[in-house]
Amino acid sequence: MPRPLMPHDTSTPFVQTNTGKLLGRHWALFFLLGMMVIFAFTGPGFFEVVNFQNIIHLATISILLAVAETFVIITGGIDLSVGFVMGLSSTLAARIMVTLGSTGMGEPLLIVLGTLAGLLVAFIPGFISGTLVARFKVPPFIATLGMWGICNGITLHLCDGFLPIAGLPSVLPRLGNGYLFYIHKGQSFTLFKKPDYIPDERVRELIRLVPFSFILIGAVVLVFWFILHKSRFGQHTYAIGGNLDAAIRAGIDVDRHLVKIYMLSSFLAGLAGVFNVFQTGIGNYTTFSSMYELFAVAAVVIGGASLLGGKGRIVGSMVGVLVLAVLKNGLAISGVQPFVRYIAVGVLLTFAVIIDQLFPDLF
Amino acid sequence: MGYIIETRGITKRFGGLTAVDNVSMGVNAGEVVAILGDNGAGKSTLIKMISGVHKPDEGTILLDGKPMKLESPMDALANGIETIYQDLALAENLNVSSNIFLGREKTKRSLGVLNVLDHEYMQKESRSVLDRLEIEIPSLKNTIRTLSGGQRQAVAISRSIYWQAKVLIMDEPTAALGIAEQKKVLDLVKSLKTQGIGIIIISHQMYDVFEVADRIIVMRRGQNVATRMVSETTADEIVGLIVGSETVKR
Ligand SMILES: Nc1ncnc2c1ncn2[C@@H]1O[C@H](COP(=O)(O)OP(=O)(O)OP(=O)(O)O)[C@@H](O)[C@H]1O
Ligand SMILES: [Mg+2]
Repeated sequence: MPRPLMPHDTSTPFVQTNTGKLLGRHWALFFLLGMMVIFAFTGPGFFEVVNFQNIIHLATISILLAVAETFVIITGGIDLSVGFVMGLSSTLAARIMVTLGSTGMGEPLLIVLGTLAGLLVAFIPGFISGTLVARFKVPPFIATLGMWGICNGITLHLCDGFLPIAGLPSVLPRLGNGYLFYIHKGQSFTLFKKPDYIPDERVRELIRLVPFSFILIGAVVLVFWFILHKSRFGQHTYAIGGNLDAAIRAGIDVDRHLVKIYMLSSFLAGLAGVFNVFQTGIGNYTTFSSMYELFAVAAVVIGGASLLGGKGRIVGSMVGVLVLAVLKNGLAISGVQPFVRYIAVGVLLTFAVIIDQLFPDLF
Repeated sequence: MGYIIETRGITKRFGGLTAVDNVSMGVNAGEVVAILGDNGAGKSTLIKMISGVHKPDEGTILLDGKPMKLESPMDALANGIETIYQDLALAENLNVSSNIFLGREKTKRSLGVLNVLDHEYMQKESRSVLDRLEIEIPSLKNTIRTLSGGQRQAVAISRSIYWQAKVLIMDEPTAALGIAEQKKVLDLVKSLKTQGIGIIIISHQMYDVFEVADRIIVMRRGQNVATRMVSETTADEIVGLIVGSETVKR
């Protein structure tokens, strides 16, 4: 019997074997775990509950923006405005709180009003870019790039140039950075706030567990996971990205759906902006160099979505966010120069796209 | 017997181009009507008006003898007019039952307030319609991307049948299929016909047309230039009519 010239010709290609598919489907997760193992050795203090907690707390905004971007990318679009919508919501919420504060209004009320304003204003850019995309067939890249500029301009106006808005109630950062549990080893255990006998400067003696931000993250991820994977709205989102014509002919009101998608994305960006006020205690404009929108897109793509649409999952995007967050934290703790992170992100993105090409059927 | 679906003098223009020009035609229940014509003759445009994708610039569409306005594909679907397009219009990233139920997903109440997709129900119903049409698809959880051309066509047909089509429109149903799959689809068409569905079929394959159609309508440059009963014509005559060498006698 003649031997086959190339022994591999007859066997299934690796990418089609079960192991290959498993690796391909979950490569980002394996990469994340691998990275954690390495950093556990290279980064002192990396492999600790408190550090992990910190990584996620600091990634809150990235998580919200990645959830937003997941929906948009599944429809085959992209939302470049999320970073600056976030800045707009942050500064508007802060500006309103400061203004109302100067009228002598009580803190709880002005916080509620500022928060509402920050959340509601975010619907406007989403409505506009959604309408441009759906009804006027403007490419999402351009429509949201328009909002990117407009929101940033308005934000800087609200900030009088480049001044963050300060003078907010001091309770804000305490809420935004609070924890569910405070443990003073062998001494005390309190819920929601630190024991009074520990002054602020000694707060590091406490073991603080479950930041309030986890509640926000948990709620947002759960709600939007449900919408994307369990509801009719989610199903239509996939259908639109998978085959726009099929969705239209199946009677789905695609135009309306797209407007809702961009409003949803913008709203989450607004939520991130308001959270930012609670986290930092000031109203922050978004700097150009932060590139929130690009890191959100990167996280979603690393999480298995395709910019061509029809593909992506909430859990995958969360893995993507964690990959980027752990990479940043682990490299810093290991004392690696920051520019390495950008190179790593670039390599990961390229890798994600190659994987996507190799495994078109993976979901 | 009155037509189940009928067009009276419908016209569609795209800018300066008259894609469909004053076309009147009709289909009886349990009848297969084939629309033939060269590329660009206006066949697809004609059926897109019947299925609510395009609005006619002139003329009326009648269902069961009653004039009706089709504002959107949803209107046509709600009236039992189902269409299988040249490109099938399936969402390749979704599975078989999701496609059969696309746009009309079944949900169930969960926790009293949430409407959750009822995949179990949709899979069960999809399985039963596929079985009824004797279509074999290994797993309904597979995405459309993993299916063969014939299987995709079968999914598209099942979708229409499941939603109780009164009128089924098929644009080039066998164009992309292998021989065995073509036969399978033609058998499906014949069995649908016996169930009293009115079928409009566009095809370039003369064999298909003579195999399943009762009547042939020939279009040329947007116009309905001839109507022939299959039993009273030949492939040669039809080809002549399509290319315009045959003198037209109505
Ligand atoms: N949406 C549209 N906008 C502009 N012109 C169109 C549109 N749809 C079709 N046309 C034009 O109308 C004419 C008829 O097209 P149609 O698709 O109905 O032809 P057809 O008979 O289905 O051809 P084929 O056999 O190639 O499918 C063609 O000249 C086509 O270019
Ligand atoms: Mg056509």
